[in-house]
Amino acid sequence: MNRLGRMAWGLVLWEILSGLALTLRYFFSPKATINYPYEKNPTRARFKGEHALRRYPNGEERCIACKLCEAVCPAQAITIEAEPREDGSRRTTRYDIDMTKCIYCGLCEEACPVDAIVEGPNFEFATETREELLYDKAKLLANGDRWEPELVKRLELDAPYR
Amino acid sequence: MNAFFETNIGILILTVLESLALIVPLLIGVAYLTYAERRVMGAIQLRKGPNMVGPFGLMQPFADALKMLMKETIIPTGADRILFVLAPMITFGLAVVAWAVIPVNNHWAIANINVGILYLFAVSSLGVYGIIIAGWASNSKYAFFGALRSAAQMVSYEVSMGFVIVTVLLCVGSLNLNDIVLAQRHIWFAIPLFPLFIIFFISGLAETNRAPFDLAEGESEIVAGFFVEYSAMSFALFFLGEYANMILISAMTTTLFLGGWLSPIPFAPFTMVPGVLWFLLKVMICLFVFIWVRATLPRLRYDQLMALGWKVFLPITLVYLVLVAGVMEYCGWLPHA
Repeated sequence: MNRLGRMAWGLVLWEILSGLALTLRYFFSPKATINYPYEKNPTRARFKGEHALRRYPNGEERCIACKLCEAVCPAQAITIEAEPREDGSRRTTRYDIDMTKCIYCGLCEEACPVDAIVEGPNFEFATETREELLYDKAKLLANGDRWEPELVKRLELDAPYR
Repeated sequence: MNAFFETNIGILILTVLESLALIVPLLIGVAYLTYAERRVMGAIQLRKGPNMVGPFGLMQPFADALKMLMKETIIPTGADRILFVLAPMITFGLAVVAWAVIPVNNHWAIANINVGILYLFAVSSLGVYGIIIAGWASNSKYAFFGALRSAAQMVSYEVSMGFVIVTVLLCVGSLNLNDIVLAQRHIWFAIPLFPLFIIFFISGLAETNRAPFDLAEGESEIVAGFFVEYSAMSFALFFLGEYANMILISAMTTTLFLGGWLSPIPFAPFTMVPGVLWFLLKVMICLFVFIWVRATLPRLRYDQLMALGWKVFLPITLVYLVLVAGVMEYCGWLPHA
């Protein structure tokens, strides 16, 4: 009898109808979509995006070629070569990041004693060729110049938690 | 002028024009059904769906069509070339051909034939050939599995669909679709034959291989089923065929159960509205339910699908057929009795 009752109840399709009612309610509810190229989600101060090499306000590059970032990089994406400059200060002659290897862990940023290499807020740096993703020092410094105002803000926001 | 349309050549021209007048809106309907499906499914899943191409994304179907046309048609080396090319044409052709007998308004059918419903049923049954041929000609495991699955599924559900149609015929006493609609002047068959209406619609879902009966495609198990090996326009033809079939099943449901072009409320302001509009409205409601169900229900397991067809639908339709026949005989309601 119980089995028959259950079968008869099944014919009412109650579960299916309540499911349909639920989806109909969702049909009319406000949508969660963000119209991406026109609307964007805000990024957090610790967002790990495209890398940038920063400079001091006087224009001197911060990086002192300590190679801590190169050492800590788990993906071995960073390659640094360094020599003393004419004025005797130690600077990089080569600072490459292979963005195709990078896993965006942010360890380079953590390791840097002078806040030179940072991961900025930019995530829209897709390219048409692979070669364009092999960043050299000039590209990284250019990134730094481009994003400096934002980078400073982010560092300030994050400072209390460091 | 009228005399010209009495001649053979005149009749031919007239028929071609009528066919165009039906096929062109149908194709546009199919195009916008794909768009509607994406928008409705999007809305149900709290997304927006395509809204970039043109106002509200209304040009999206044309963008997709262009994309499909530009792609390369790949014919696998192991495939049977002739059958491989033929299969999508059969699928799509049959989906369009069936429309010849659907009355969109009183006597507005290209062929108002006496055996309309039989023709419709025959053509929709032939649809399985397109799928079987596609699965066979592709010479691929997945395609073959998909074809077998959907062939078995379509054949199973056609049986209960047949019984539903027989019950409707019993109430009408005619195979002519026009008469079937006119027989619903007083009450739509959806009301006295409600369980059959539901069974017909669900069988329609299975017949068109739509969710929750889309085992034939089964993206998560057999990639895309019978059309895995298809690309570009031949793929698009399958796609169009599937959607044209959806519209066809909706039109059949409308004709058999929802009173075709008749207005739902049989007095003044509503009967003024042209029948075509009522027909379109009913078809669109059916199509919405098609999409709504797809966005709601998960796919059935294959044995569940077969059990539903043979152990639930077939007995119910059989019993209901006998019941209806008995009641009508007892009350003397049988037409032409």
